[in-house]
Amino acid sequence: MSAFWHWFIVIITLAFTAAMVWLFIATGKAKVPSGTNSEGKETTGHVWDEDLEELNNPMPRWWLWLFYGSVIFSLIYLVLYPGLGRFEGVLGWSSQGQYEQERAAADAAFEDRFGELVALPLEELALQPQALEAGRNLYRTNCSTCHGSDARGARGYPNLTNNHWIWGGEPEQVWTSIYEGRIAAMPGFEGALDEQEITRTAVFVQQLAGQSVDSEMATAGRRHYDLLCAACHGPDGTGNPWLGAPDLTAGIYTYGSSIDDLRYTIRNGRNGVMPAQRDLLGEARSRLVTAYVLSLNANGSDG
Amino acid sequence: MNQPSTYNDKVVRQFAVMTVVWGIVGMLVGVFIAAQLIWPNLGWEIPWLSYGRLRPLHTNAVIFAFGGSALFATSYYAVQRTCHVRLFSDGLAAFTFWGWQLVIVGAAITLPMGLTMGKEYAELIWPLAILIAVVWVSYAIVFFGTIVKRKVKHIYVANWFFGAFILTVAVLHIVNNLALPTGLTHSYPIYSGTVDAMVQWWYGHNAVGFFLTAGFLGMMYYFVPKQAGRPVYSYRLSIVHFWSLIAIYMWAGPHHLHYTALPDWVQTLGMIFSIMLLAPSWGGMINGIMTLSGAWHKLRTDPILRFMIVALSFYGMSTFEGPMMSIKTVNALSHYTDWTIGHVHAGALGWVAMISIGALYVLFPRLFGVKEMYSTRLIEWHFWTSTIGTVLYIVAMWIAGVMQGLMWRTFNEDGTLTYTFIEVLQFTQPYYILRLIGGIVFLSGMFFMVYNVYKTWQMAPKKASEVPVAEPAHA
Repeated sequence: MSAFWHWFIVIITLAFTAAMVWLFIATGKAKVPSGTNSEGKETTGHVWDEDLEELNNPMPRWWLWLFYGSVIFSLIYLVLYPGLGRFEGVLGWSSQGQYEQERAAADAAFEDRFGELVALPLEELALQPQALEAGRNLYRTNCSTCHGSDARGARGYPNLTNNHWIWGGEPEQVWTSIYEGRIAAMPGFEGALDEQEITRTAVFVQQLAGQSVDSEMATAGRRHYDLLCAACHGPDGTGNPWLGAPDLTAGIYTYGSSIDDLRYTIRNGRNGVMPAQRDLLGEARSRLVTAYVLSLNANGSDG
Repeated sequence: MNQPSTYNDKVVRQFAVMTVVWGIVGMLVGVFIAAQLIWPNLGWEIPWLSYGRLRPLHTNAVIFAFGGSALFATSYYAVQRTCHVRLFSDGLAAFTFWGWQLVIVGAAITLPMGLTMGKEYAELIWPLAILIAVVWVSYAIVFFGTIVKRKVKHIYVANWFFGAFILTVAVLHIVNNLALPTGLTHSYPIYSGTVDAMVQWWYGHNAVGFFLTAGFLGMMYYFVPKQAGRPVYSYRLSIVHFWSLIAIYMWAGPHHLHYTALPDWVQTLGMIFSIMLLAPSWGGMINGIMTLSGAWHKLRTDPILRFMIVALSFYGMSTFEGPMMSIKTVNALSHYTDWTIGHVHAGALGWVAMISIGALYVLFPRLFGVKEMYSTRLIEWHFWTSTIGTVLYIVAMWIAGVMQGLMWRTFNEDGTLTYTFIEVLQFTQPYYILRLIGGIVFLSGMFFMVYNVYKTWQMAPKKASEVPVAEPAHA
């Protein structure tokens, strides 16, 4: 802030406040027009619209002091806190400073509590009750909006409790999914396949999951699968965690299992996004969340 | 010129009737979106009925359609009576009526279509914003033209407030809406970033200060002494609280932007001047309530006066609450919670709507040329529904808001947040239901009013006689 604007702000703020105080004092002393109304009360002598009059009562004293009190409070506040242009206030407070201070205190408390713990390998961290408690709390406020309070997911958001992994279930793979995020890239095949071919492919995908389907259609669909899908999902349909291509033999679907859902997926593709927690939660807290998510699958349940 | 001049009550009558109509429309939309917050699927996934589009429709309808029409009606009525002349221009006055209705209809079409400037309380797209400016300048010409040709030397206090409201709203509206059009329905503001936010809240807060406060104080200063049959309590108080109110309000906007990118010194100035605003705001309440000295017994029998006194009480309460919420420490708790919504409605329902309703009950019989409203009992009913509705509403939002603020900032021992967002929503839901009930109760009172106004209108003589301009008193 330049010296000009600094003094501009200082002067108009103080001069304005002084003018307001003057208004209160001067009006209290000023002479006003006077008259007497039919009740013998002192009025200003003005009458409008037959019967509108004004009494010349003094302003309530408590009200005047309410105003003077608010002025005194404000002036003290301006000495203590930033307000008058560049003047920073004698307390040295700033909102940025307050944020940094609170943040530093929180980080120090966190470091105290979890500093050594989060250095443990993820498999071991997932066995520490204190880490799991904090990981669960972080999960609830940061992850549950999409993956659900019970971590069982929702349409478009994978279930995190069934030991079924799109991007791999090894601790380091889960860690990468959380810390770096994931962007799925299932392309749509609308240009390559017509509607009938899409349906046949979908039927074959159902067969991969062990459903009993029209075998003629499945056989026809297999041709398209081998040509267009097998590169990522594998010739046997078991997927490829390095690409985030789901295992199609498990019968677990992120975007619904109906024939129409599958047709939509094949026709339009899917591009699910898991946001990277690197800049949101940071490393230590991401490790706690990872440990919690791993613990949800520790019993090897098959979902 | 020898013919006795009469008052232009036609435009007053038009605005008064539309006040009731827009009041019902605006509050109905409010009730609907209050229900959407409980049942989010209400709206059947029709974009026009989505919360994001209807919320600005609700605020525009109650503030500018209902409140605006009430201000037009009462200011046109009062300025003629207190200047002892007919309105400056009948043609221009008629233009303000039809122009304002056009703006409202335009808002009711464009907002549900999703067309918006994206500025709170200034959402209307630029062609409508220009129409508002034109209507508003015409309003200023009619109002100040009437003041200029007045037959009494001294200008009555109600007109100071109406005048300040009209002038300032013109400035606020024009400055905040400066934008570069990029199409018929789209534009970019000429400000960017923090400056844009500051201009927006300079506008937003002064819309509260001048549209919803100064304007309605003007209404209060005419109708309270009239209905009470008592002189205004203190002329000095009028002077001091008028000048300090309009001067200090201008500074208070930054309190809407505490703990944001706005520099600390601006936030501080916004806060201290908000605190200094408490006494000037209360000046109006004191002057209004004390005007009843010597007429307190009338409250027992006159529900119209009761409307006014309760309105002044809510005014005093919300103008205490406002400065308190502007204190940074309090704001850190209250901001972004439903407490703010409660605060706004203490002012909007308790003050703005109740003082308007009181004034309308004084106006309608006079506009229809009858002695009094068809039914005092229905006014009584309306009074109780309004009061109970408002109290239910603000109590629900106080509890919801304070608890939201507290739950959002509760930490576990390990430094993590205790409550998830959805848990806070679950906590809030019962209070949303209570708020909806409050809104419905308040709205139901408006239907008593419609019936009462309709029956009063039926009592009116076939040929409405024009009211001759009263001779100024020579004291």
